[in-house]
Amino acid sequence: MNSGLDLEYSFNEILKGLGLSSELAHIIWLPLPMLLVLVSAVVGVLVTVWLERKISAAAQQRIGPEYAGALGVLQPIADGLKLLVKEDIIPAKADSILFTGGPILVLVPVILSWLIVPFGQNLLISNVGIGIFLWIALSSIQPIGLLMSGYASNNKYSLLGGLRAAAQSISYEIPLALSVLAIVLMTNSLSTVDIVNQQSGAGILSWNIWRQPVGFIIFWICALAECERLPFDLPEAEEELVAGYQTEYAGMKFALFYLGSYINLILSALLVSILYLGGWGFPIPVEIISKVLNLPINAPVIQVFTASIGIIMTVLKAYLLVFIAILLRWTTPRVRIDQLLDLGWKFLLPISLANLLVTAGLKLAFPQFFGG
Amino acid sequence: MSIAVTTQIICFLVLSLVVIVGALGVILLESIVYSAFLLGGVFMSVAGLYLLLNASFVAAAQVLVYVGAVNVLIIFAIMLVNKKEDLKPIDNLKSRRIISTSICLTLLSLLIRVDLSNVWGLADPNKSIGEESTIRIGEHLFSDYLLPFEVASVLLLMAMIGAIVLARRDVMNEDISTGLPVDQELIEKSSEPLLMKKN
Repeated sequence: MNSGLDLEYSFNEILKGLGLSSELAHIIWLPLPMLLVLVSAVVGVLVTVWLERKISAAAQQRIGPEYAGALGVLQPIADGLKLLVKEDIIPAKADSILFTGGPILVLVPVILSWLIVPFGQNLLISNVGIGIFLWIALSSIQPIGLLMSGYASNNKYSLLGGLRAAAQSISYEIPLALSVLAIVLMTNSLSTVDIVNQQSGAGILSWNIWRQPVGFIIFWICALAECERLPFDLPEAEEELVAGYQTEYAGMKFALFYLGSYINLILSALLVSILYLGGWGFPIPVEIISKVLNLPINAPVIQVFTASIGIIMTVLKAYLLVFIAILLRWTTPRVRIDQLLDLGWKFLLPISLANLLVTAGLKLAFPQFFGG
Repeated sequence: MSIAVTTQIICFLVLSLVVIVGALGVILLESIVYSAFLLGGVFMSVAGLYLLLNASFVAAAQVLVYVGAVNVLIIFAIMLVNKKEDLKPIDNLKSRRIISTSICLTLLSLLIRVDLSNVWGLADPNKSIGEESTIRIGEHLFSDYLLPFEVASVLLLMAMIGAIVLARRDVMNEDISTGLPVDQELIEKSSEPLLMKKN
Protein backbone atom coordinates (compact mmCIF):
# COMPACT_ATOMS: atom_id res chain seq x y z
CA MET A 1 0.00 0.00 0.00
CA ASN A 2 1.38 3.42 -0.84
CA SER A 3 1.78 5.71 2.15
CA GLY A 4 0.35 8.80 0.43
CA LEU A 5 0.85 12.29 1.75
CA ASP A 6 2.36 12.46 5.22
CA LEU A 7 1.89 16.06 6.28
CA GLU A 8 3.15 15.47 9.82
CA TYR A 9 6.48 14.15 8.60
CA SER A 10 6.99 17.03 6.14
CA PHE A 11 5.95 19.61 8.76
CA ASN A 12 8.39 18.17 11.30
CA GLU A 13 11.17 18.19 8.68
CA ILE A 14 10.55 21.89 7.95
CA LEU A 15 10.63 22.81 11.64
CA LYS A 16 13.77 20.74 12.17
CA GLY A 17 15.31 22.64 9.29
CA LEU A 18 14.59 25.83 11.25
CA GLY A 19 16.65 24.43 14.10
CA LEU A 20 13.93 23.14 16.48
CA SER A 21 14.17 19.83 18.31
CA SER A 22 11.93 17.02 17.07
CA GLU A 23 10.01 17.01 20.36
CA LEU A 24 9.20 20.71 20.09
CA ALA A 25 8.17 20.24 16.45
CA HIS A 26 5.82 17.47 17.56
CA ILE A 27 4.25 19.72 20.21
CA ILE A 28 3.74 22.52 17.67
CA TRP A 29 2.21 19.98 15.25
CA LEU A 30 -0.19 18.39 17.76
CA PRO A 31 -2.86 21.12 18.06
CA LEU A 32 -2.99 21.80 14.29
CA PRO A 33 -4.97 18.74 13.11
CA MET A 34 -7.21 18.99 16.18
CA LEU A 35 -8.08 22.62 15.42
CA LEU A 36 -8.58 21.79 11.76
CA VAL A 37 -10.97 18.95 12.54
CA LEU A 38 -12.86 21.06 15.11
CA VAL A 39 -13.27 23.87 12.60
CA SER A 40 -14.34 21.49 9.84
CA ALA A 41 -16.88 19.88 12.21
CA VAL A 42 -18.41 23.26 13.04
CA VAL A 43 -18.42 24.35 9.39
CA GLY A 44 -20.03 20.99 8.59
CA VAL A 45 -22.77 21.80 11.09
CA LEU A 46 -23.40 25.19 9.45
CA VAL A 47 -23.67 23.53 6.05
CA THR A 48 -25.99 20.84 7.41
CA VAL A 49 -28.25 23.40 9.11
CA TRP A 50 -28.53 25.33 5.84
CA LEU A 51 -29.23 22.11 3.93
CA GLU A 52 -31.84 21.11 6.50
CA ARG A 53 -33.65 24.44 6.14
CA LYS A 54 -33.49 24.45 2.34
CA ILE A 55 -34.44 20.79 1.85
CA SER A 56 -37.28 20.97 4.37
CA ALA A 57 -38.53 24.05 2.55
CA ALA A 58 -38.38 22.22 -0.76
CA ALA A 59 -40.17 19.22 0.74
CA GLN A 60 -42.97 21.50 1.93
CA GLN A 61 -43.01 23.66 -1.24
CA ARG A 62 -41.69 26.76 0.54
CA ILE A 63 -38.69 28.89 -0.38
CA GLY A 64 -36.82 28.72 2.91
CA PRO A 65 -34.11 31.17 4.01
CA GLU A 66 -33.63 33.68 1.25
CA TYR A 67 -32.35 37.09 2.40
CA ALA A 68 -29.26 36.25 4.50
CA GLY A 69 -26.61 35.97 1.80
CA ALA A 70 -27.07 34.33 -1.59
CA LEU A 71 -29.72 31.59 -1.26
CA GLY A 72 -29.67 32.19 2.49
CA VAL A 73 -26.27 30.60 3.08
CA LEU A 74 -25.57 32.99 5.96
CA GLN A 75 -28.74 31.98 7.80
CA PRO A 76 -27.03 29.34 10.02
CA ILE A 77 -24.43 31.93 11.08
CA ALA A 78 -27.25 34.31 12.00
CA ASP A 79 -28.90 31.49 13.99
CA GLY A 80 -25.64 30.77 15.77
CA LEU A 81 -25.01 34.44 16.60
CA LYS A 82 -28.55 34.75 17.95
CA LEU A 83 -27.99 31.81 20.30
CA LEU A 84 -24.59 33.21 21.30
CA VAL A 85 -25.93 36.56 22.51
CA LYS A 86 -29.06 35.19 24.21
CA GLU A 87 -29.33 35.31 27.98
CA ASP A 88 -28.09 32.18 29.75
CA ILE A 89 -30.98 31.16 32.00
CA ILE A 90 -30.74 28.59 34.78
CA PRO A 91 -34.21 27.88 36.22
CA ALA A 92 -34.54 28.76 39.91
CA LYS A 93 -35.48 25.22 41.00
CA ALA A 94 -32.92 23.51 38.74
CA ASP A 95 -29.72 21.90 39.95
CA SER A 96 -27.22 24.39 38.51
CA ILE A 97 -24.11 22.15 38.54
CA LEU A 98 -25.75 19.20 36.77
CA PHE A 99 -27.71 21.60 34.54
CA THR A 100 -24.41 23.02 33.23
CA GLY A 101 -22.62 19.68 33.10
CA GLY A 102 -25.27 17.90 31.02
CA PRO A 103 -24.75 19.68 27.67
CA ILE A 104 -20.96 19.41 28.05
CA LEU A 105 -21.16 15.66 28.60
CA VAL A 106 -23.35 15.37 25.51
CA LEU A 107 -21.03 17.36 23.24
CA VAL A 108 -17.52 16.30 24.33
CA PRO A 109 -17.73 12.56 23.45
CA VAL A 110 -19.11 13.39 20.02
CA ILE A 111 -16.22 15.74 19.24
CA LEU A 112 -13.69 13.26 20.69
CA SER A 113 -14.99 10.63 18.29
CA TRP A 114 -13.69 12.70 15.34
CA LEU A 115 -10.24 11.46 16.44
CA ILE A 116 -10.69 8.33 14.34
CA VAL A 117 -12.33 9.73 11.19
CA PRO A 118 -9.85 9.35 8.32
CA PHE A 119 -9.96 11.59 5.23
CA GLY A 120 -6.97 9.84 3.66
CA GLN A 121 -4.18 7.39 4.39
CA ASN A 122 -2.50 9.82 6.81
CA LEU A 123 -5.19 12.48 7.01
CA LEU A 124 -6.59 11.75 10.45
CA ILE A 125 -5.73 12.92 13.95
CA SER A 126 -4.68 9.57 15.33
CA ASN A 127 -4.69 6.07 13.86
CA VAL A 128 -5.36 4.39 17.20
CA GLY A 129 -5.37 0.60 17.20
CA ILE A 130 -8.81 0.29 18.80
CA GLY A 131 -10.22 2.63 16.13
CA ILE A 132 -13.92 2.09 15.64
CA PHE A 133 -14.27 0.56 19.13
CA LEU A 134 -13.28 3.93 20.58
CA TRP A 135 -16.29 5.49 18.87
CA ILE A 136 -18.66 2.84 20.24
CA ALA A 137 -17.25 3.31 23.75
CA LEU A 138 -17.41 7.13 23.56
CA SER A 139 -20.95 7.18 22.23
CA SER A 140 -22.04 5.22 25.32
CA ILE A 141 -21.12 8.22 27.52
CA GLN A 142 -23.75 10.44 25.90
CA PRO A 143 -26.80 8.94 27.69
CA ILE A 144 -25.30 10.03 31.03
CA GLY A 145 -25.26 13.64 29.84
CA LEU A 146 -28.84 13.33 28.62
CA LEU A 147 -30.01 11.81 31.92
CA MET A 148 -28.09 14.51 33.79
CA SER A 149 -29.71 17.40 31.93
CA GLY A 150 -33.12 15.73 32.08
CA TYR A 151 -32.87 15.31 35.84
CA ALA A 152 -31.30 18.69 36.59
CA SER A 153 -33.99 20.67 34.73
CA ASN A 154 -36.52 19.69 37.42
CA ASN A 155 -39.28 19.40 34.85
CA LYS A 156 -41.39 16.34 34.14
CA TYR A 157 -41.05 16.66 30.36
CA SER A 158 -37.28 17.00 30.64
CA LEU A 159 -37.00 13.95 32.89
CA LEU A 160 -39.18 11.85 30.57
CA GLY A 161 -37.19 13.04 27.55
CA GLY A 162 -33.89 12.21 29.25
CA LEU A 163 -35.08 8.73 30.24
CA ARG A 164 -36.40 8.08 26.73
CA ALA A 165 -33.14 9.26 25.18
CA ALA A 166 -31.08 7.00 27.41
CA ALA A 167 -33.35 3.98 26.81
CA GLN A 168 -33.23 4.59 23.08
CA SER A 169 -29.49 4.92 22.79
CA ILE A 170 -28.85 1.89 25.01
CA SER A 171 -31.15 -0.36 22.97
CA TYR A 172 -29.81 0.75 19.58
CA GLU A 173 -26.17 0.55 20.60
CA ILE A 174 -26.22 -3.27 20.61
CA PRO A 175 -27.29 -3.89 16.97
CA LEU A 176 -24.99 -1.02 15.97
CA ALA A 177 -21.99 -2.63 17.65
CA LEU A 178 -22.88 -6.05 16.21
CA SER A 179 -23.03 -4.74 12.64
CA VAL A 180 -19.67 -3.00 13.16
CA LEU A 181 -18.34 -6.31 14.50
CA ALA A 182 -19.21 -8.02 11.19
CA ILE A 183 -17.09 -5.43 9.35
CA VAL A 184 -14.24 -5.84 11.84
CA LEU A 185 -14.44 -9.60 11.30
CA MET A 186 -13.89 -9.10 7.57
CA THR A 187 -11.06 -6.59 8.05
CA ASN A 188 -9.18 -8.37 10.86
CA SER A 189 -8.60 -4.94 12.39
CA LEU A 190 -10.43 -2.30 14.40
CA SER A 191 -8.53 0.58 12.81
CA THR A 192 -10.59 2.80 10.48
CA VAL A 193 -7.64 3.16 8.09
CA ASP A 194 -7.40 -0.62 7.70
CA ILE A 195 -11.16 -0.85 7.19
CA VAL A 196 -10.95 1.60 4.26
CA ASN A 197 -7.83 0.00 2.81
CA GLN A 198 -9.54 -3.39 2.81
CA GLN A 199 -12.26 -1.92 0.56
CA SER A 200 -9.90 -0.18 -1.88
CA GLY A 201 -8.99 -3.18 -4.04
CA ALA A 202 -11.32 -2.78 -7.02
CA GLY A 203 -12.93 0.62 -6.60
CA ILE A 204 -16.69 0.68 -6.19
CA LEU A 205 -16.99 -3.11 -6.58
CA SER A 206 -15.00 -3.86 -3.44
CA TRP A 207 -16.97 -1.57 -1.12
CA ASN A 208 -18.41 -3.25 1.94
CA ILE A 209 -21.99 -2.35 1.00
CA TRP A 210 -22.07 -5.22 -1.51
CA ARG A 211 -20.75 -7.71 1.02
CA GLN A 212 -22.71 -6.37 4.01
CA PRO A 213 -26.05 -5.07 2.67
CA VAL A 214 -27.96 -6.14 5.79
CA GLY A 215 -25.30 -4.69 8.07
CA PHE A 216 -25.44 -1.40 6.14
CA ILE A 217 -29.19 -1.04 6.65
CA ILE A 218 -29.01 -2.00 10.33
CA PHE A 219 -26.14 0.42 10.90
CA TRP A 220 -27.96 3.27 9.17
CA ILE A 221 -31.19 2.73 11.14
CA CYS A 222 -29.26 2.54 14.40
CA ALA A 223 -27.17 5.59 13.55
CA LEU A 224 -30.34 7.59 12.92
CA ALA A 225 -31.73 6.38 16.24
CA GLU A 226 -28.50 7.32 18.05
CA CYS A 227 -28.65 10.80 16.53
CA GLU A 228 -32.30 11.12 17.62
CA ARG A 229 -33.38 12.04 14.12
CA LEU A 230 -36.89 11.52 12.85
CA PRO A 231 -38.39 8.87 12.61
CA PHE A 232 -36.67 8.23 15.97
CA ASP A 233 -36.81 11.67 17.61
CA LEU A 234 -38.95 10.50 20.55
CA PRO A 235 -36.76 12.11 23.24
CA GLU A 236 -37.74 15.55 21.96
CA ALA A 237 -41.15 14.74 20.47
CA GLU A 238 -42.69 18.22 20.32
CA GLU A 239 -46.31 17.14 20.57
CA GLU A 240 -45.77 14.98 23.64
CA LEU A 241 -42.81 16.34 25.58
CA VAL A 242 -42.48 20.04 24.54
CA ALA A 243 -38.80 19.56 23.66
CA GLY A 244 -37.75 16.68 25.91
CA TYR A 245 -34.54 17.20 27.84
CA GLN A 246 -33.90 20.51 26.04
CA THR A 247 -37.09 22.16 27.34
CA GLU A 248 -35.50 24.32 30.04
CA TYR A 249 -32.35 25.19 28.12
CA ALA A 250 -31.69 28.54 26.46
CA GLY A 251 -28.83 30.40 24.84
CA MET A 252 -25.45 28.77 24.52
CA LYS A 253 -26.35 25.66 26.56
CA PHE A 254 -29.17 24.93 24.12
CA ALA A 255 -26.73 25.62 21.29
CA LEU A 256 -24.43 22.93 22.69
CA PHE A 257 -27.21 20.33 22.37
CA TYR A 258 -28.01 21.60 18.89
CA LEU A 259 -24.35 21.50 17.86
CA GLY A 260 -23.92 18.06 19.44
CA SER A 261 -26.82 16.53 17.54
CA TYR A 262 -25.69 17.93 14.19
CA ILE A 263 -22.03 17.00 14.72
CA ASN A 264 -23.26 13.53 15.65
CA LEU A 265 -25.28 13.32 12.43
CA ILE A 266 -22.28 14.27 10.30
CA LEU A 267 -20.07 11.88 12.26
CA SER A 268 -22.53 9.03 11.71
CA ALA A 269 -22.71 9.80 7.99
CA LEU A 270 -18.89 9.86 7.81
CA LEU A 271 -18.67 6.54 9.62
CA VAL A 272 -21.24 4.93 7.33
CA SER A 273 -19.18 6.08 4.36
CA ILE A 274 -15.99 4.75 5.98
CA LEU A 275 -17.44 1.40 7.02
CA TYR A 276 -19.60 0.63 3.99
CA LEU A 277 -18.89 3.04 1.12
CA GLY A 278 -15.13 2.83 0.80
CA GLY A 279 -14.20 5.94 2.82
CA TRP A 280 -11.82 8.12 0.84
CA GLY A 281 -11.72 5.67 -2.07
CA PHE A 282 -12.65 6.91 -5.54
CA PRO A 283 -15.11 4.62 -7.42
CA ILE A 284 -12.26 3.92 -9.86
CA PRO A 285 -9.01 2.82 -8.17
CA VAL A 286 -6.26 5.47 -8.14
CA GLU A 287 -3.75 2.90 -9.44
CA ILE A 288 -5.67 2.71 -12.74
CA ILE A 289 -5.85 6.50 -13.04
CA SER A 290 -2.10 6.86 -12.51
CA LYS A 291 -1.51 4.13 -15.10
CA VAL A 292 -3.69 5.97 -17.62
CA LEU A 293 -1.86 9.24 -16.90
CA ASN A 294 1.47 7.38 -17.18
CA LEU A 295 2.71 8.66 -13.83
CA PRO A 296 4.23 6.60 -11.00
CA ILE A 297 1.95 6.24 -7.97
CA ASN A 298 4.42 8.13 -5.76
CA ALA A 299 4.73 11.20 -8.00
CA PRO A 300 3.97 14.42 -6.05
CA VAL A 301 1.20 15.39 -8.48
CA ILE A 302 -0.55 12.05 -8.04
CA GLN A 303 -0.13 12.22 -4.25
CA VAL A 304 -1.72 15.67 -3.98
CA PHE A 305 -4.41 14.55 -6.44
CA THR A 306 -5.11 11.40 -4.38
CA ALA A 307 -5.28 13.32 -1.11
CA SER A 308 -7.69 15.94 -2.46
CA ILE A 309 -9.82 13.31 -4.19
CA GLY A 310 -9.86 11.43 -0.87
CA ILE A 311 -11.14 14.41 1.11
CA ILE A 312 -13.70 15.26 -1.59
CA MET A 313 -14.96 11.68 -1.81
CA THR A 314 -15.30 11.28 1.98
CA VAL A 315 -17.20 14.56 2.34
CA LEU A 316 -19.33 13.87 -0.76
CA LYS A 317 -20.40 10.43 0.46
CA ALA A 318 -21.08 11.76 3.95
CA TYR A 319 -23.22 14.63 2.64
CA LEU A 320 -25.15 12.29 0.37
CA LEU A 321 -26.08 10.34 3.51
CA VAL A 322 -26.88 13.58 5.37
CA PHE A 323 -29.19 14.48 2.48
CA ILE A 324 -30.98 11.14 2.82
CA ALA A 325 -31.27 11.68 6.58
CA ILE A 326 -32.81 15.14 6.07
CA LEU A 327 -35.19 13.82 3.43
CA LEU A 328 -36.22 11.02 5.83
CA ARG A 329 -36.80 13.55 8.58
CA TRP A 330 -39.26 15.60 6.55
CA THR A 331 -41.12 12.70 4.93
CA THR A 332 -41.57 10.03 7.62
CA PRO A 333 -43.87 10.04 10.67
CA ARG A 334 -42.49 9.46 14.14
CA VAL A 335 -42.65 5.93 15.61
CA ARG A 336 -44.18 5.31 19.05
CA ILE A 337 -41.94 4.39 21.98
CA ASP A 338 -43.18 0.77 22.07
CA GLN A 339 -42.68 0.42 18.31
CA LEU A 340 -39.19 1.87 18.71
CA LEU A 341 -38.19 -0.61 21.41
CA ASP A 342 -39.87 -3.50 19.55
CA LEU A 343 -37.91 -2.64 16.40
CA GLY A 344 -34.65 -2.42 18.32
CA TRP A 345 -34.89 -5.53 20.49
CA LYS A 346 -37.13 -7.91 18.56
CA PHE A 347 -36.12 -7.14 14.98
CA LEU A 348 -32.71 -5.45 14.63
CA LEU A 349 -30.96 -7.40 17.38
CA PRO A 350 -31.79 -10.94 16.06
CA ILE A 351 -31.09 -9.87 12.48
CA SER A 352 -27.73 -8.35 13.38
CA LEU A 353 -26.80 -11.52 15.29
CA ALA A 354 -27.73 -13.64 12.26
CA ASN A 355 -25.76 -11.24 10.04
CA LEU A 356 -22.71 -11.74 12.24
CA LEU A 357 -23.09 -15.52 12.08
CA VAL A 358 -23.48 -15.52 8.28
CA THR A 359 -20.48 -13.20 7.91
CA ALA A 360 -18.33 -15.48 10.05
CA GLY A 361 -19.47 -18.50 8.00
CA LEU A 362 -18.83 -16.77 4.67
CA LYS A 363 -15.42 -15.62 5.87
CA LEU A 364 -14.45 -19.23 6.52
CA ALA A 365 -16.08 -20.54 3.33
CA PHE A 366 -14.86 -17.85 0.87
CA PRO A 367 -11.80 -16.27 2.47
CA GLN A 368 -10.78 -14.50 -0.77
CA PHE A 369 -14.01 -12.45 -0.90
CA PHE A 370 -14.71 -11.95 2.79
CA GLY A 371 -11.25 -11.29 4.17
CA GLY A 372 -9.11 -14.31 5.16
CA MET B 1 13.02 14.89 31.96
CA SER B 2 11.47 14.77 28.51
CA ILE B 3 8.15 16.39 27.67
CA ALA B 4 6.40 13.04 27.17
CA VAL B 5 7.32 11.86 30.67
CA THR B 6 6.21 15.15 32.23
CA THR B 7 2.85 14.94 30.45
CA GLN B 8 2.41 11.38 31.68
CA ILE B 9 3.16 12.35 35.28
CA ILE B 10 0.74 15.30 35.15
CA CYS B 11 -1.97 13.06 33.66
CA PHE B 12 -1.34 10.40 36.30
CA LEU B 13 -1.54 12.91 39.18
CA VAL B 14 -4.74 14.51 37.87
CA LEU B 15 -6.41 11.14 37.21
CA SER B 16 -5.48 9.68 40.61
CA LEU B 17 -6.68 12.86 42.33
CA VAL B 18 -10.03 12.59 40.50
CA VAL B 19 -10.30 8.89 41.41
CA ILE B 20 -9.64 9.49 45.12
CA VAL B 21 -11.72 12.66 45.53
CA GLY B 22 -14.53 11.22 43.38
CA ALA B 23 -14.62 7.95 45.30
CA LEU B 24 -14.75 9.85 48.61
CA GLY B 25 -17.58 11.93 47.17
CA VAL B 26 -19.49 8.80 46.15
CA ILE B 27 -19.60 7.52 49.73
CA LEU B 28 -19.73 10.81 51.66
CA LEU B 29 -22.23 12.94 49.69
CA GLU B 30 -25.79 13.01 50.99
CA SER B 31 -27.42 13.25 47.55
CA ILE B 32 -27.66 9.84 45.90
CA VAL B 33 -27.87 11.41 42.42
CA TYR B 34 -24.55 13.22 42.87
CA SER B 35 -23.01 9.97 44.12
CA ALA B 36 -24.18 8.14 40.99
CA PHE B 37 -22.80 10.79 38.61
CA LEU B 38 -19.50 10.96 40.55
CA LEU B 39 -19.25 7.18 40.23
CA GLY B 40 -19.31 7.67 36.46
CA GLY B 41 -16.47 10.17 36.81
CA VAL B 42 -14.45 7.68 38.85
CA PHE B 43 -14.98 4.97 36.21
CA MET B 44 -13.84 7.38 33.50
CA SER B 45 -10.67 8.26 35.40
CA VAL B 46 -9.88 4.59 35.93
CA ALA B 47 -10.21 4.19 32.16
CA GLY B 48 -7.73 7.05 31.81
CA LEU B 49 -5.31 5.22 34.11
CA TYR B 50 -5.60 2.11 31.89
CA LEU B 51 -4.81 4.33 28.91
CA LEU B 52 -1.63 5.54 30.65
CA LEU B 53 -0.66 1.87 31.08
CA ASN B 54 -0.89 1.36 27.27
CA ALA B 55 -4.00 -0.81 27.66
CA SER B 56 -6.25 1.08 25.24
CA PHE B 57 -8.64 -1.83 24.61
CA VAL B 58 -9.20 -2.35 28.33
CA ALA B 59 -9.75 1.40 28.72
CA ALA B 60 -12.39 1.47 25.98
CA ALA B 61 -14.06 -1.64 27.40
CA GLN B 62 -14.07 0.00 30.83
CA VAL B 63 -15.86 3.05 29.39
CA LEU B 64 -18.32 0.91 27.42
CA VAL B 65 -19.21 -1.49 30.23
CA TYR B 66 -18.88 0.53 33.42
CA VAL B 67 -19.83 4.03 32.25
CA GLY B 68 -22.10 3.14 29.35
CA ALA B 69 -23.95 0.22 30.92
CA VAL B 70 -23.49 -0.12 34.69
CA ASN B 71 -23.54 3.56 35.58
CA VAL B 72 -26.40 4.39 33.20
CA LEU B 73 -28.39 1.53 34.76
CA ILE B 74 -27.71 2.86 38.27
CA ILE B 75 -28.81 6.39 37.30
CA PHE B 76 -31.86 4.97 35.53
CA ALA B 77 -32.87 3.04 38.64
CA ILE B 78 -32.41 6.12 40.84
CA MET B 79 -34.51 8.28 38.53
CA LEU B 80 -37.33 5.76 38.24
CA VAL B 81 -37.66 5.39 42.03
CA ASN B 82 -36.87 8.94 43.06
CA LYS B 83 -39.06 9.14 46.15
CA LYS B 84 -38.54 12.16 48.35
CA GLU B 85 -38.17 10.20 51.54
CA ASP B 86 -36.34 11.23 54.68
CA LEU B 87 -34.05 8.57 56.03
CA LYS B 88 -34.94 7.24 59.49
CA PRO B 89 -32.66 8.50 62.24
CA ILE B 90 -30.24 5.81 63.40
CA ASP B 91 -29.30 5.35 67.06
CA ASN B 92 -25.71 5.89 68.14
CA LEU B 93 -24.78 7.44 64.80
CA LYS B 94 -21.60 8.93 66.21
CA SER B 95 -20.18 5.69 67.63
CA ARG B 96 -21.16 3.82 64.44
CA ARG B 97 -19.26 6.38 62.38
CA ILE B 98 -16.18 6.15 64.60
CA ILE B 99 -16.15 2.34 64.39
CA SER B 100 -16.57 2.23 60.60
CA THR B 101 -13.93 4.91 60.08
CA SER B 102 -11.42 3.03 62.22
CA ILE B 103 -12.14 -0.23 60.34
CA CYS B 104 -11.67 1.54 57.00
CA LEU B 105 -8.43 3.18 58.15
CA THR B 106 -7.09 -0.20 59.35
CA LEU B 107 -7.89 -1.72 55.95
CA LEU B 108 -6.20 1.21 54.23
CA SER B 109 -3.05 0.87 56.33
CA LEU B 110 -3.00 -2.87 55.57
CA LEU B 111 -3.21 -2.12 51.83
CA ILE B 112 -0.46 0.50 52.07
CA ARG B 113 1.68 -2.02 53.96
CA VAL B 114 1.06 -4.60 51.19
CA ASP B 115 1.97 -2.04 48.55
CA LEU B 116 5.23 -1.12 50.27
CA SER B 117 6.38 -4.60 51.26
CA ASN B 118 5.48 -6.47 48.09
CA VAL B 119 7.95 -6.54 45.22
CA TRP B 120 5.91 -5.76 42.09
CA GLY B 121 6.94 -7.51 38.90
CA LEU B 122 7.18 -4.65 36.42
CA ALA B 123 7.11 -5.44 32.72
CA ASP B 124 9.97 -4.11 30.64
CA PRO B 125 8.64 -0.90 29.01
CA ASN B 126 10.68 -1.65 25.87
CA LYS B 127 8.85 -4.94 25.42
CA SER B 128 5.39 -3.35 25.71
CA ILE B 129 2.97 -4.93 23.24
CA GLY B 130 0.74 -1.84 23.01
CA GLU B 131 -1.87 -2.25 20.28
CA GLU B 132 -1.18 -5.99 20.09
CA SER B 133 -2.94 -6.40 23.44
CA THR B 134 -6.38 -6.69 21.81
CA ILE B 135 -5.23 -9.80 19.96
CA ARG B 136 -3.60 -11.25 23.09
CA ILE B 137 -6.80 -10.74 25.11
CA GLY B 138 -8.80 -12.56 22.42
CA GLU B 139 -6.33 -15.45 22.32
CA HIS B 140 -6.47 -15.85 26.10
CA LEU B 141 -10.27 -15.68 26.19
CA PHE B 142 -10.54 -18.53 23.70
CA SER B 143 -7.82 -20.76 25.15
CA ASP B 144 -6.84 -20.82 28.82
CA TYR B 145 -9.66 -18.55 30.07
CA LEU B 146 -12.41 -20.22 28.02
CA LEU B 147 -14.14 -21.87 31.00
CA PRO B 148 -14.46 -18.71 33.16
CA PHE B 149 -15.64 -16.84 30.05
CA GLU B 150 -18.39 -19.38 29.36
CA VAL B 151 -19.37 -19.63 33.04
CA ALA B 152 -19.80 -15.86 33.10
CA SER B 153 -22.13 -16.05 30.10
CA VAL B 154 -24.23 -18.78 31.79
CA LEU B 155 -24.43 -16.58 34.90
CA LEU B 156 -25.66 -13.64 32.81
CA LEU B 157 -28.25 -15.87 31.13
CA MET B 158 -29.53 -16.96 34.55
CA ALA B 159 -29.77 -13.37 35.71
CA MET B 160 -31.71 -12.49 32.56
CA ILE B 161 -34.19 -15.34 33.00
CA GLY B 162 -34.64 -14.31 36.63
CA ALA B 163 -35.37 -10.73 35.59
CA ILE B 164 -37.94 -11.91 33.03
CA VAL B 165 -39.67 -14.10 35.62
CA LEU B 166 -39.81 -11.19 38.06
CA ALA B 167 -41.08 -8.76 35.43
CA ARG B 168 -43.61 -10.99 33.65
CA ARG B 169 -45.95 -11.79 36.53
CA ASP B 170 -48.73 -12.49 34.04
CA VAL B 171 -46.89 -15.65 32.96
CA MET B 172 -45.69 -16.84 36.37
CA ASN B 173 -48.64 -15.58 38.43
CA GLU B 174 -48.34 -18.04 41.31
CA ASP B 175 -46.03 -17.80 44.26
CA ILE B 176 -43.87 -20.92 44.00
CA SER B 177 -43.58 -21.65 47.73
CA THR B 178 -47.13 -20.82 48.90
CA GLY B 179 -49.15 -21.39 45.72
CA LEU B 180 -51.08 -18.14 46.22
CA PRO B 181 -51.71 -15.74 43.32
CA VAL B 182 -49.19 -12.90 43.40
CA ASP B 183 -49.82 -9.19 43.38
CA GLN B 184 -50.32 -8.06 39.77
CA GLU B 185 -50.54 -4.34 40.41
CA LEU B 186 -47.53 -3.39 38.32
CA ILE B 187 -48.60 -5.15 35.15
CA GLU B 188 -49.65 -2.98 32.26
CA LYS B 189 -53.36 -3.38 31.63
CA SER B 190 -54.67 -3.39 28.08
CA SER B 191 -56.19 0.04 27.59
CA GLU B 192 -59.43 1.07 25.96
CA PRO B 193 -58.99 2.21 22.36
CA LEU B 194 -59.09 6.00 22.10
CA LEU B 195 -61.35 6.04 19.07
CA MET B 196 -64.44 3.89 19.48
CA LYS B 197 -65.70 2.15 16.38
CA LYS B 198 -68.79 3.67 14.86
CA ASN B 199 -71.61 1.22 14.69
